[in-house]
Amino acid sequence: MRGILHGVAALHRPRGWIVLGVLCLAGLVGLPLLNGMTPPAAWYHVPAFAVPLLGKFFCYGIVALAMDLIWGYTGILSLGHGVFFALGGYAMGMHLMRNIGKEGVYRSDLPDFMVFLDWKELPWFWYGFDSFWFAASMALLVPAALAYVFGYFAFRSRIRGVYFSIITQALTFAAMLLFFRNNTGFGGNNGLTDFKRLLGYSLQEPSTKVALYLISGAALVLAYLACRAIVGSKLGRVLTAIRDAESRVMFSGYNPLHYKLFAWTVSALLCGLAGALYVPQVGIVNPSEMQTSNSIEMAIWVAVGGRGTLVGAVLGAVLVNGAKSVFTVQWPQAWLFVLGGLFVFVTLFLPKGLLGIGERLGALRKLAARRMRAQGRPQTPERSAALSAVSAAKPHHE
Amino acid sequence: MLPRSLRIALARASACAALLAALAWSLPAQSAGLKSALKDLGSDDTDRLMSAIDLLGNSGDPAALPILQAYRDETLRTARDGRVFVLSKDGKQAFDPVSRETVPAEGLPLAAPFVSNRVRRALAPAIASLALVSPDVSARASAAEELSKRASPEDAARIRTALAREAVPDIRKTLLAALARLDLNSPERAVRLAAIQLVEAEGDVQLKVDLLRLTATREDGSFVEPDAGIRAAAVSAMKAMDQRQKFVNLFANLLYGLSLGSVLLLTALGLAITFGLMGVINMAHGEMLMLGAYTAYAMQNLFRSALPGAFDYYVLAALPAAFAVCAAVGVLLERGVLRFLYGRALESLLATWGISLILIQTVRLVFGAQNVTVTNPAWLSGGYTAFPGLVLPWSRIAIVLLGLVVVALVSLLLQRTALGLQVRAVTQNRTMAAAIGVRTARVDMWTFAFGSGIAGIGGVALSQLGNVGPELGQSYIVDSFMVVVLGGVGKIAGSVAGAMGLGILAKYLEPFTDAVLGKIILLALIVLFIQKRPQGLFAPKGRAVEG
Repeated sequence: MRGILHGVAALHRPRGWIVLGVLCLAGLVGLPLLNGMTPPAAWYHVPAFAVPLLGKFFCYGIVALAMDLIWGYTGILSLGHGVFFALGGYAMGMHLMRNIGKEGVYRSDLPDFMVFLDWKELPWFWYGFDSFWFAASMALLVPAALAYVFGYFAFRSRIRGVYFSIITQALTFAAMLLFFRNNTGFGGNNGLTDFKRLLGYSLQEPSTKVALYLISGAALVLAYLACRAIVGSKLGRVLTAIRDAESRVMFSGYNPLHYKLFAWTVSALLCGLAGALYVPQVGIVNPSEMQTSNSIEMAIWVAVGGRGTLVGAVLGAVLVNGAKSVFTVQWPQAWLFVLGGLFVFVTLFLPKGLLGIGERLGALRKLAARRMRAQGRPQTPERSAALSAVSAAKPHHE
Repeated sequence: MLPRSLRIALARASACAALLAALAWSLPAQSAGLKSALKDLGSDDTDRLMSAIDLLGNSGDPAALPILQAYRDETLRTARDGRVFVLSKDGKQAFDPVSRETVPAEGLPLAAPFVSNRVRRALAPAIASLALVSPDVSARASAAEELSKRASPEDAARIRTALAREAVPDIRKTLLAALARLDLNSPERAVRLAAIQLVEAEGDVQLKVDLLRLTATREDGSFVEPDAGIRAAAVSAMKAMDQRQKFVNLFANLLYGLSLGSVLLLTALGLAITFGLMGVINMAHGEMLMLGAYTAYAMQNLFRSALPGAFDYYVLAALPAAFAVCAAVGVLLERGVLRFLYGRALESLLATWGISLILIQTVRLVFGAQNVTVTNPAWLSGGYTAFPGLVLPWSRIAIVLLGLVVVALVSLLLQRTALGLQVRAVTQNRTMAAAIGVRTARVDMWTFAFGSGIAGIGGVALSQLGNVGPELGQSYIVDSFMVVVLGGVGKIAGSVAGAMGLGILAKYLEPFTDAVLGKIILLALIVLFIQKRPQGLFAPKGRAVEG
């Protein structure tokens, strides 16, 4: 037990823990208090719509972590994470559908869309979703299982780089088409919606929304710590090595297949978790979650914040989606220009994302300071480290 | 059995002879019979009127048709001397169909002939049988069409007479079908049997319903058709027709697959070449298709307003225009963005995705978010009837041909020109090519422009198949990438094989599953395929090392 505690404590330096603690306090205690305990007219009042919105962003943050784990650290750009996210969402959505009971439009025990399609009984793959724990475990296991099988075949034949990205995009496209069909059994075009309650709590209640927000926030923190643990471990170092020089990893006697497969499956599982938390907060899940564009957008969250940093991924997810919320309301025509411009700008000018700016500035300052002090002195190890930090800030070739 | 062409020729010759003989025979009869019949049209006695109509209907005289039609339309007038006139629309001119003279109607002692429901009922078949032997082909065709839809048993003799004279194959076919439909209900066993055989040999799918009726059972379990032999013949005829339909579908799917493959090929060629050359993935390539299609749309509108006479040729103008537009966009893209991302495939994927979003939104703002319609020119609409039941649309045939031409051009360009040589050199080893004086940046630019231009041509092709919308490219980009994955990078043969294979397979899978399951099966097949050949169908041989 003490060993585990020590391990967790070692994830961060004390300063990092303090920052994380303050953020948690502000987000998970302060914000709900500002929402619930303040007069609605006050400037510091957090409006009710902001709670599920931020809860949504937390879910996106979990997705960004998953994306960073597989792309930022392992060098595999997935364009299929939207599928894993949506599968988690569908698993939760199926449970919520079963929870409607006979309160649907048709007053039937079956979900409305099945009545509409004139189905007489529940399809076999809907069995068990009455139980929350079954649905919750499916939300994690189904994406993970799909990722494992798909990844096994892809990594085994050493599909990598853009080939892998393209194949995952095709997977996304096929999955979307599949879920668009009415006969597939997940509500077709309209998806699953009109949810009423979860574990007996009405989804319309503000308190339920706050609770979901808190759970999402806690899940984000836990997911962050888990990812931090993975990338800090020996396993994580192998993942980074695979990203930088897969052939050398192989020649050193490692089999990249299992490492990649692990990171890939964990990543999919996190996406499933995020999807399952997302659906009760937005109240709908439909095949448009599987659009290829959604999956690519997930990559830009990570790129904006900074790849291979975890913190940057979450930051990017919140910033990009915040901008999206503002733009799609204020200037809907302009949003695609902004998003498209972001893709181009970040890849061309900010290869390490927003966090890269600070890092580069810091490295430059250190370098300048060293140079002032070290005039005439021979090269020191610190100086070469600072130099390499600068060169690392330049785009690296894949 | 004579060869088919010879049989047709013989049938035509004999039909012509019959027509001539009939004309020769009817000429002397015309004067006497027709004259008294025309006179009887003015009679008040319904019986005489009816027999006159009958006589005219069976006369086969070309002049009788306008008379009876005018009678039906109530523009016929009779004079007491036995002459008849057709009034013009304004009622001021009177036309004599026998002498072919037009005279002023005023002052003529004209009377409208007697009309009753009984007369009207008699007029319709008389007009039909006259139309069947009319010298005007389109009149015969529409009359035959009318008959095949609702022929009554009394029409059988008339159809047989018409068949004996008819030489145009299409009309013969319609008549035969009408006759067969009648004969299927004939009380004579031999006639029914012959009709079944006729349907089996000639008839189209519509007649299957009539065969099906022969094998049906009544409510009490007894067969509609009492004769077991006939039922068996009907069943086997239906089987044969199904077989033929399958065969027809086989061919139709082949063409549909080839045309889909051609569009994919036009898209994938540029992708494969530029990926091999520069190591960048262009997600905005699908948008080149879209831009090409919108160029076709703009050209169509331009021709419609500026050159309506030459409207049919707007497609020919759209092809170079689309090439130019997309090549220009390609140059901008390459110079502005992609040249900074060489060898960084994943980054180039994201950056070009951003570009594609910007292009889509731009087009949405310029042309509107709704789909626009691009009209096929006359020479691309319709289709070629290869054999009964199989119509191959001209647009699809043209797209396959276009694909062939473009592939030939591209391979000529790559194999026979200086630029092609340089492209191949840079693809193999960029540093070495640069060292011996190839201006790699320029090669990149031209190649990228060329690849984008080809996709633009593909867009024009696509505009002829369906509606054009801002998201047009998105639906093709995934498939085009699959072609690149299948075919390997930088190999034209690979792209051709991959595109055609994918296109044809997709179209052949569709009937068995639906389109969606077909796509999923294809994806699974591709993933399995890559297990065996990770480098694609046509992997570069030798010491090609990954980057």
